[in-house]
Formats: sequence, structure tokens, C-alpha cells
Amino acid sequence: MELLLSLSMGALAGSGVWLLLRPRTYQVIMGLALLSYAVNIFIFSTGRLRVNAPPIVEKGMEVDPAAFTDPVPQALVLTAIVISFATTALFLVVLLASRGLTGTDHVDGREPEK
Amino acid sequence: MITNNALPALIFLPFLGSMLAALLPANARNAEAWLSGVTALLTFGLAALLYPSVENGGIVRREVAWLPELGLNLVLRMDGFAWLFTILIGGIGLLVVIYARYYMSPQDPVRRFYSFLLAFMGAMQGVVLSGNLILLAIFWELTSIVSFLLIGYWYHNAAARDGARMALTITGIGGLCLLLGFILIGHIAGSYDLDEVLASGAAIRAHPLYLPALLLILAGALTKSAQFPFHFWLPNAMAAPTPVSAYLHSATMVKAGVFLLARLWPVLAGTDAWFFIVGIAGISTLVIGAYFAIFQQDLKGLLAYSTISHLGLITTLLSFGSPLAAVAAIFHMVNHATFKASLFMAAGIIDHEAGTRDMRKLSGLFSALPITATLAMVASAAMAGVPLLNGFLSKEMFFAEAIEEHRESLLDSAMPYLATLASAFAVTYSVRFIHSVFFGPKAADLPNEAHEPPHWMRLPIELLVLACLLVGIIPGITIGPYLNTAVTSVLGDRTPEYSLSIWHGFNLPLVMSAIALVGGVILYLLLHRYLAHCKEDPPGLRVLVGQRIFERVLVTVSWRWARWVEVNLGTRRLQPQLRVLVTVALMAGAWPLFEAGLMPDLISVANLDPVLAIIWIVGIGCAITAAYQAKYHRFAALILIGGAGLSTCITFVWFSAPDLALTQLVVEVVTTVLILLGLRWLPKRIEEIDTPTTLAARLRRQRDFLLALACGLGVTVVSYAIMTSAPPTTVGDFYLERAYSEGGGTNAVNVILVDFRGFDTFGEITVLGIVALSVFALLRRFRPAPDSIELPEQQRIQNAYDDAQQGRKLGETAHDYLLVPSVLMQWMFPVIIALAAYLFLRGHDLPGGGFTAGVAMAIGFLLQYLAGGTRWVEERLRILPVRWIGFGLFMAAFTGMGAWLFGLPFLTSASGYLEIPLIGEVPLASALLFDLGVFLLVVGATVLMLIAIAHQSIRSHRVRATEAAATRTEEAA
Repeated sequence: MELLLSLSMGALAGSGVWLLLRPRTYQVIMGLALLSYAVNIFIFSTGRLRVNAPPIVEKGMEVDPAAFTDPVPQALVLTAIVISFATTALFLVVLLASRGLTGTDHVDGREPEK
Repeated sequence: MITNNALPALIFLPFLGSMLAALLPANARNAEAWLSGVTALLTFGLAALLYPSVENGGIVRREVAWLPELGLNLVLRMDGFAWLFTILIGGIGLLVVIYARYYMSPQDPVRRFYSFLLAFMGAMQGVVLSGNLILLAIFWELTSIVSFLLIGYWYHNAAARDGARMALTITGIGGLCLLLGFILIGHIAGSYDLDEVLASGAAIRAHPLYLPALLLILAGALTKSAQFPFHFWLPNAMAAPTPVSAYLHSATMVKAGVFLLARLWPVLAGTDAWFFIVGIAGISTLVIGAYFAIFQQDLKGLLAYSTISHLGLITTLLSFGSPLAAVAAIFHMVNHATFKASLFMAAGIIDHEAGTRDMRKLSGLFSALPITATLAMVASAAMAGVPLLNGFLSKEMFFAEAIEEHRESLLDSAMPYLATLASAFAVTYSVRFIHSVFFGPKAADLPNEAHEPPHWMRLPIELLVLACLLVGIIPGITIGPYLNTAVTSVLGDRTPEYSLSIWHGFNLPLVMSAIALVGGVILYLLLHRYLAHCKEDPPGLRVLVGQRIFERVLVTVSWRWARWVEVNLGTRRLQPQLRVLVTVALMAGAWPLFEAGLMPDLISVANLDPVLAIIWIVGIGCAITAAYQAKYHRFAALILIGGAGLSTCITFVWFSAPDLALTQLVVEVVTTVLILLGLRWLPKRIEEIDTPTTLAARLRRQRDFLLALACGLGVTVVSYAIMTSAPPTTVGDFYLERAYSEGGGTNAVNVILVDFRGFDTFGEITVLGIVALSVFALLRRFRPAPDSIELPEQQRIQNAYDDAQQGRKLGETAHDYLLVPSVLMQWMFPVIIALAAYLFLRGHDLPGGGFTAGVAMAIGFLLQYLAGGTRWVEERLRILPVRWIGFGLFMAAFTGMGAWLFGLPFLTSASGYLEIPLIGEVPLASALLFDLGVFLLVVGATVLMLIAIAHQSIRSHRVRATEAAATRTEEAA
């Protein structure tokens, strides 16, 4: 399982970095989305992979932490998902604004000299 | 009392005068001159009073502790040598002030001039009186800066600006080297204190760092004293007002370099390196400077090159390393200061009276300026080294030393010939100066009718020429004792026997002098026809003009290299920046991996679930295809990214993170819709047009591909290593144990977010609110680029149908076409609201919570927009997302503050359960109120962003309609 997931993260991160280095704004936004998937799973996976152990405790019982997965990475990733949504939205609007102002969707706001 | 405070006063007085001068009215010429004159006179008098203390090897010291731990103290120190310079600075300063009063025109802003001049005087006194090397370097730089201001005094003149900039660049770089050299010396000697440095000369010369220190200090001294190959800034500095040239570029500033060489002579001199570096620089400056001086057409240019040459003579003398030569060097410093300052002033009078300094125009001025001409003649005779004048004495000493064997080498053997040659050149340019200006036919086309200047303007020259004569005729009485004091303070017990008399008998130096005099005159006779019309700078050597080299270097450094850096590292181009960022991140990740050898040794495919494997095969395929297609097929890429997102989402569910899965799912939906809304404004991109064809572009792509591959590989290795290692005990156990007992909720993730780490969440929702408002603000006044996507074919057919049919309005078919889905979506609205409420309420105990519920609620609103269109929704539903945001933020903040009422810290929560009939037990913690704030804000922020983008399409429709209407009216007209 671990191998599968780490390969998946690698594929997501690699595709994300590739797109990040491309010249078109849309590619960069897509790249950031892919990269944030990879990073989110990565942070999440630092809590180790556990099946059927969601961090939801029983009411009023003595809690055995070993029976549950680590909630801290999950809380971190939850925050990260929301924030990455916000940044994606902001980037999208900056993209549109830059396209409207400069007439191009190149990341530098102008077409490269040929 | 006087000796105690005299040294600080010598430096402080000129600076005080400078500040006062800056406060006087701009045109107060007389007040300025009086102020500056009195300041200079006071400095001069104070220095004169100190003579008894420095006589016979005495030293006056004043030390103020500043940073004693670093060996940096304000040490002022005056010995005989420093005293001699103090007198020169004060005395010539006074004369220059008097002269400048008559030289500067009433239109010039004299306030600035006198203020800078006095500041320079203070800085120069600081250089000669510093007893600490670092302090010396500071005053040294100060002279460079003030000299920059003085050269650029007439800043409306481009030559003045360029000359000032060049002087500052050269001497500034030199000053930096000097500081480094001083630090090395301080390191070797263990102290920056001049006395201690002077005492540890032998240790310094034997140290391995001697050569670097020497080179650095020489770089400072030789640039300051305009020695070859750094000489070129001095002729360009002649754009300064003549009093400045007379003061800085003959008597004081350029002397700082040779002053320093003499000051450190006991420490640094006497080695082969010293002899060859200083000697070659000195002798080549001596000869080249004199040769260039012959061919100058500008009077001040001639004097500038002559100054360079004479400074070269002093440097050469210092290079010999013999005490007798050092005596001659110090003597010549004084002599040169007197005759050169007077010559500059004479040149200034000629310029002032005749209106030009060009020797091709000047001629026959003797009858108009008889007294000035006589004074100039005496001074130039001193410059040429004619007997009975001071220049002759030091030159004879130079010849005597040039003959002496110092260090067996070609340089040493050639020295007498080179010295004679340079001396002959000096005679030639001196004769030329006098002959071409004062003799010959009377010039008819001079800009001004020349008259003798006011007596006070001539007085400084008279005094200086008198000094030349007195020193030249009766040296033993006039300069003798003072020179002795200065020499003794430098050489100590190595002070040699020397004689200052005029007649030493018929010896070799006298023969050399005679040859130089006769040869120089003959050379002038041969050249004078050519010189009367030639261009500036000697034929054949014009390429040697250092200015051009300097400018080329400057252009390269400050323009080409700067441009290169800007292009390659600047912020104008995102891709290289990101490339650097990614590379650095990759390195930073790979480094510890290599260090720790964290390579997982055993790769296991144990407990691989085939379902999840299939899900991720699809997910990976989606990600890679999206990366491949994002350029030309944006829509496809978006859908594929959604696929990768769904795989992520399922992974979260699979591995016990239901909260994450829920949040990921709803956020995925909103993000996709958001980007879909934006897609239409991106330019059309056709695959065939710009496929990369050039080799460079292909290489770039391959490099990026490798970079991406390396990053992916790195993430794989690191994450695998982490996941397969044993988990450490984390703070997570703490939260799990206390989630219910202290947070009152069973969902540990939610309790962390709204209770334990509530303050973080508070910060996060604030960020979300700010982002939403930024998006709103960015789009409010913004008109996006015109739509680049045509109407879909389907819609075109439908519109054509509407057009063809009677009684159908345009767009009606499209509307009907979507009727079923839109009705469904409208019916879903209350269901989604109920779902959001459910997600929200269960959040504290079970997966859900404010974030998820908020986004779900926003999707409900979004569906209404999709179903009915923007106008339809806004006619029926008043959504004020900005208020939702504000209200949510307030709610979260006030819930947190509520804890204050109970004397508890911000965001402390209380919890309990409430029985509600029919619904059952509902968790009711104060954290729920906080979560409600989160919910409201998330709804507001999401809806605000979506609506802001959705409104752009209405706006662009409206704009297009107005434009179309305008065109129609035009056509009709």
C-alpha cells in the first residue's frame, strides 16, 4: 500500500512541477492543483496509513490513542485544502486580470521574444 | 589645555565651519569667504602652536575609547610629518579661500562651494591626524566623497558630472581595497593603532599575508595619488572649479596617497615586492605623465598631467627604500604643493581674464598680465627644476638617488636615464606653458579683454612663489628645521645625514640637470610648431587613454552584467525563478537523504489492495495526461485534474480520514466550477501553431522534464521512507485523549480545528475572507479580455432555429433545452440546505463541520445560478456575501471573546448537550458557535468569489451590446 501511495504522490508531484515550469498561466494553475494534491497526501501520510481507524472517539470512554489514526496531520490537511482553494481562486482571478491587461496568458505578461 | 584639545579641534573646526557655511544665505560671498578664511586661519594657527610639541620627535596623542573590544578607538596622533601636512592643509587652504573669493562668480552658489571646501579640509586633516588605521580609512573615504561633490560642483555641466563620477569610482574602489589592506595589517600586527603598527614593521614584512596587504594598500594609495594605470581620473577632475583643483589636485587630496606611502614606509618598504610594484608604478607615471603633459592643449590638463608626473616622482623616491630617498620624497611633497598650487591659481587667473584655457588660442598675454606672468614664470621654473628654486633642490636629490644602486635589476639600471628623460619632458611642458600663453603674437580672438586681476586674487600666488624662492635660495633657514622634524618622525633613528644646500659641487646630478634643461628646451623648439595646432593627447598613445578603458569596464559592469543579472535572475520572468526555486527545494530535500542514507532497503508490495491500485492507476493516468494536455486542451485537463482529485478523495476515505474526504469532495466541485467560469477568457491556442521547434526550446523542455522527474522521484522515496518507518509518539495522542473530556466532541479533527487550535482556524478564516474580498476587488472594476470561445455549435443551431421560427425569441430553445435539469436543480436547493445544516450540526462528533457545511451551502447557491442564470437568481434571491463574511468573522471573534467574561483566555470553550424534541440530542459547545462563524464565512467567501467571476460574463455581454449599438448608430449615421 505504501509503495502504491508513494508512487502516486511522485506522479502527482512530478506532473505538478512540470506544469509549474510551463509558460502559460493556466498550466501553472493546474500544476499548483496537482502539486497540492501530492503535498496534502504527503502530509496526511506522515500520520501513517491506517484502515478503519478514523479519529472519532467513543463518548465518555477511556481513550486508547493506539486505536485511532493520528488526527493532527488530518487537521493540518483540512486547513490546507481550504487555503489551497482560496489561492487557486485568487490565482485564477489574477490570471484573468493579467490576460485582460496584457492581452496574453504568458506567465510574464508578455510573449517571449522569438 | 591647548595641546590636549588641539587635535580634535583641528578636525572639528573645519566641519563646524562647513555646517555654518551651509546655513549662510546662498549669495553671501563675503561672509562665506570670511568664515572659511577664519576657519582655515584658526587651523593653521593651531597647528603652528603645536610645533614645539612635535619638535625633536615628539608625538601628540589624544585617545577616546569608542569600541575598545574591537580595537577601534578614536585615536588622534600628530608627529612631525603629520604636522607638516596639517600646516600645508591649513595654509594652502587659507590661500585658496582668499583666491576663490575673487574667482567664483557672483552667480555661483558659493554657499555650497565653501561648505564643501571646509568639509574637505576637515576630512583631510582627519586623514593626516588619524592614529588608528580604521579611522584613517574612514576619513580617506570622506575625502573621496567630498572631492566628488567638489568636482561636480557645476553639476549642470556634463563633463563635471562625469569627472566627479569617475574620480569617485576610482578612488572609492581604492578606498575599499585600502580598508581591506588595513584589516589585514591589523590582523598581522594585532592592533589598528598606528604606533603599534609602526613598531611591528619587521613582523609584518615577514608575514605570509604581507603581499596581499601590500597590494591592497597600494591599490588605495596609487588610485588616490593618480598613479599609472589609475591616473586618468585626475585630468577629468579638472572640470572642477580652479580653486578646487589648486587645493585638492595639487596640494592635498592627491598627496594623501603618497602621504600614506610615506607614513607606512617604515612598515612596508624595503622588500623586493615594494621596490618593483611601487617603483614601476612610480617611474612609469613619472615618464608617461610628463610625456602626456607636453601634448595637452588645456592649461589645467597640462598641469594635471604634470601633477601626475610629479606624484610619480615622489612614488619612485619612496620605492627606493633608502632613507635618503624618503627625505627627498617628503621634501618634494612640500615643494610640489607650493609651486603647483600657485600654477593652478595662475591658470585660473588666465582663464578668468582671457575667457579660455586653450593654449591654441592663448598667446602674447605678457603685456596684459605682466605680474601674473612673472609669477607664473617663477613657478614653472620651479616645476621644471631650475636652480635657485625649490623644485631644483628636491629634483637634484632625486637624481642623486636615481644613480645610487638600490636593488640590482634592469629597472634600477634604467632609473637615471628615465629620470633625466622625464625631467627633460618637464622642462618642455614648463617652457610650453609660459611661452605659448605669455609670448608670441598678441591673440586677437580671445573671448575677454585680459587685465590684471584684483590684488587680493594674486596675493596667494605671490606668497606661494615667495615660498618657492625662499626655499630655493636659503633652504637651510626656511624649510630645514621643519623638514628635519618631519623626516625624523618618519624615519626615527634611520634618519640619514643630508644637506639642503644649493651647491654640492660639480657632480653627476648637476650634469643630469643640465642635460634635462637643455634637452627639454631643444625638444620644445622642435615641437612647438606642431603643438600649436595639434589635437590633445600624444600621437600614437591615444589608445592608452585610460578613460576609454574605464568607460568600457563601467559599461560592462553596470550595464551589460547588470542587464544579464536582471534578465536571468530578475523578477520579470517567472519560469527561471520557479526553476531556481524547484531546484533549491530538490537539493534541500536530497541533501539530508544522502546524509542519512534514508534509502528504504526493502520494497514491499504487501497488503496491496487491488481496488485502490486500480483507482490510483486511473489517478496517475489522469495527472500525467493533464500535465500533457493542459496547454492545448484546457477543458480536458480540468476534468482530468478532477479525476486525480477524486482518487485523492477516495484515498482519504480509505485511510481513516472521512473529514478530509468530505472537504476535498466539496472543494473539488467548487474549484472545478470556478475554473470552468474562467476558461472562456483564455486565448485560443492551436496546437499546430506553436509547437516548440528550436533546439533551445527543446532543451528547455527536456531540462524541465528531468527536473520534474527528479522531484517526483524524490517525493516517492521520501514518502515511502516515512510511511514505512515506525510512527513516533505525537501530540496527536494528547488530542485524542482530551477530545471528548475537554473539548466536548468525539470527532478529534473537528475538535482540534475549532477548539484546541481554534486560534489557527480563526487566522485561517480571516485569510479566506481577505482572499475573497481581494478577488471581489480585483474583478469589480476590471473588464476581462474579450471572449475567445465562440458559441458552441449546438447553441448556434438552436439560435438559428429561433431566428427562423415566427414568435420565438432568441435563446428560447436553449432555455427550454435545459428546463429539466434546471427544475431539478431548483428543487435540490432546500435539500442541499438541509444537508449543509446536517453536516454542520454533526461536525463536532462525526465527520462534517463548518468548512464542509459552508462549501456545501455555497454549492447550493451555485446550482441556482447554473439552473436559472445570474439574472434569474438575483431577481429572486438577495445574497449579500460580504455581510456573510463579516458576520462570520464577528461571530468567531465574539465567541472567542466570550471566554473573557468568565475570566478565561481567548477561545476557551465550554460544552454540553441539548435535548431538542424530535431531533434528539444535539451537541452544544461554545465551539459550535465558533464553527458557525466558520460556516458563515466560508459560505460568504465562496459565494462571493463565484458570483464575482460569474458577473463578468454579464458585464461583457453588456459591454458587447453597447458596442454593437454604437456601431449600428454610426452605420445609420
